Amino acid sequence: MIEGLINGLFNGISIGAVLLIVALGLAIVFGLMGVINLAHGELMMLGAYTTYVVQNGAKALGEGALEFYILAALPLSFLVAALVGLALERGVIRHLYGRPLETLLATWGVSLILRQFVRSVNWAMIVGLGLFCLLFFGGRWILQRQTQWEQTRRVAAPVILALSSAIALAAGILINQNGGTALSQPWFGARNVDVTAPGWLRGGLSLGTTLQFPYARLFIIVLTILCLIGVYWFLNGTAWGLRMRSVTQNRKMSACLGIPTDRVDALTFALGSGLAGIAGCAVTLLGSVGPNLGGNYIVDAFMVVVVGGVGKLVGSIVAALVIGSITYLLGSGTLALILPPAEALQPLVDFFTFFATTSMAKVMVFALIIAFLQWKPAGMFPQKGRSVEV
Amino acid sequence: MTRTQPASPEAPAVTAPMLKVSGLNFFYGESHILRNVDMTVPKGQMVCLIGRNGVGKTTLLNNVMGLLSPRTGDIYYEGQSVLKVSPDQRARRGIGYVPQGREIIPRLTVKENLIIGQEALGDRGQKSAGVPAEIFELFPVLETMLSRMGGDLSGGQQQQLAIARALMGRPKLLVLDEPTEGIQPSIILDIEAAVRRIIATTGISVLLVEQHLHFVRQADFYYAMQKGGIVASGPTAELSNAVIQEFLAV
Repeated sequence: MIEGLINGLFNGISIGAVLLIVALGLAIVFGLMGVINLAHGELMMLGAYTTYVVQNGAKALGEGALEFYILAALPLSFLVAALVGLALERGVIRHLYGRPLETLLATWGVSLILRQFVRSVNWAMIVGLGLFCLLFFGGRWILQRQTQWEQTRRVAAPVILALSSAIALAAGILINQNGGTALSQPWFGARNVDVTAPGWLRGGLSLGTTLQFPYARLFIIVLTILCLIGVYWFLNGTAWGLRMRSVTQNRKMSACLGIPTDRVDALTFALGSGLAGIAGCAVTLLGSVGPNLGGNYIVDAFMVVVVGGVGKLVGSIVAALVIGSITYLLGSGTLALILPPAEALQPLVDFFTFFATTSMAKVMVFALIIAFLQWKPAGMFPQKGRSVEV
Repeated sequence: MTRTQPASPEAPAVTAPMLKVSGLNFFYGESHILRNVDMTVPKGQMVCLIGRNGVGKTTLLNNVMGLLSPRTGDIYYEGQSVLKVSPDQRARRGIGYVPQGREIIPRLTVKENLIIGQEALGDRGQKSAGVPAEIFELFPVLETMLSRMGGDLSGGQQQQLAIARALMGRPKLLVLDEPTEGIQPSIILDIEAAVRRIIATTGISVLLVEQHLHFVRQADFYYAMQKGGIVASGPTAELSNAVIQEFLAV
């Protein structure tokens, strides 16, 4: 019975660790910046696909490389998601600060675009995108150096956009139709793809006869702890972290103190997005990778941030572990199994047995969260003292 | 009422100006808030902007800081137009701002609030890891509460922190928006003394918006605002009771 409970708790904590690593980026983007980024899950999905690409690259290099590809995939996933997040902030979100509903709609749109992008991406599309960036940004760069740019901007900017789009689109279509299968075949397609864990992450740590802790889950727990330490150090121990905390609390005053707020916003968003990429890399160890991967986690991640208390990293940690543990203990039926077989407890056993499926456990957790937020609307760790009013 | 010199940018221009506001017009939508405002802050001098609530004093300071953009007119800092310069760049060029309501960063400690003030130094000076002793000489109360959250301080303590934070960036021009508003009288005297000492020891220019008469009298020059325009200006020594009655009584 005790072994069952320990196993249940371990699995619950490991689920909590996955939730936490997903929610960590969101805790920064939503918790600190107040931006509701519905494309966060898709940034995570990009991290997972990056891991898949790195794994395929490692396969080509041989068995030795395949054993350690995950160590290269982690920073690359961070980098890819951070760069896409940076582009998202500069291109979309920057223009929508202080307008949460518009941000929500825009990022939802971006999430759909990203999902379709991984389904359709091929060489023709990449050439088209590259050509568009070259023409659009190159054209603007050249024109901005002309003395009459400010006067002609209103006309010139849409013309460059239209011309770049048309040329890039035409080039993409031409390559797609005449470039052969190699250029027109989608890289990933709509189907899920599998990432194989390195040999040293397969199997598990056995304690006794029934207890087994899978290495992959232990790795995710360690990775989560390292990410937490890294984020805590960055926010509290570096100059950029201090600027970030200042800007996220009072953007206008921070600007009046000399802080380049636009650069800080971009960095904050890139950091949160990069963490989503790491989360994506981590979840490849637990299952297959598909375009809808992010959607499965995004609701849970928002739940963690809201239940923990918006803007509180410690709240996210506790909430992730509690939600993860309760979900597993309920869903796996562990609670029903560990209760002693007394007649008086039979109704309780029946109750837990009824909720002992993944979907029913989720229903129960949602109900508990709704009840909890009625009692504590600001979450587990609300802001206290005069700070709340400032 | 005794009107002093007519409003003009040249009025107190005893030395070359640190800040010059020229023909500034600002609108909120279609509401004309600032009307042809001309004002000069000479180097090393303290200029006080007076006027009743709602005449546009804070709006003018927000324009000076770049938080709002005027429809017409210009703002010159050290002889150069800063109209297209962002607030953070204005701060890094040496304009220190103590806003109305203090705007302390609530969930940073007092020490962090002070350290972040050094951002305004930009390339003008070397940042220090700690808080210089001069800051604590001016505001001794801050030394005892370095690890407390800025948002947990009292109004008076926050005001001292806001001024100290601006000084951490070693400004050439200090813009103070009603630093004594809502502060208990004993702390008002402390703040006044600190500002006097800052001017005496550093030689910086100060643009002050103030309702507290004793503090107003510390300034070298004054500008009086009414309905978004400058209606009177001159040396504070010549500030008559009639002007005070008209522009300071709330």
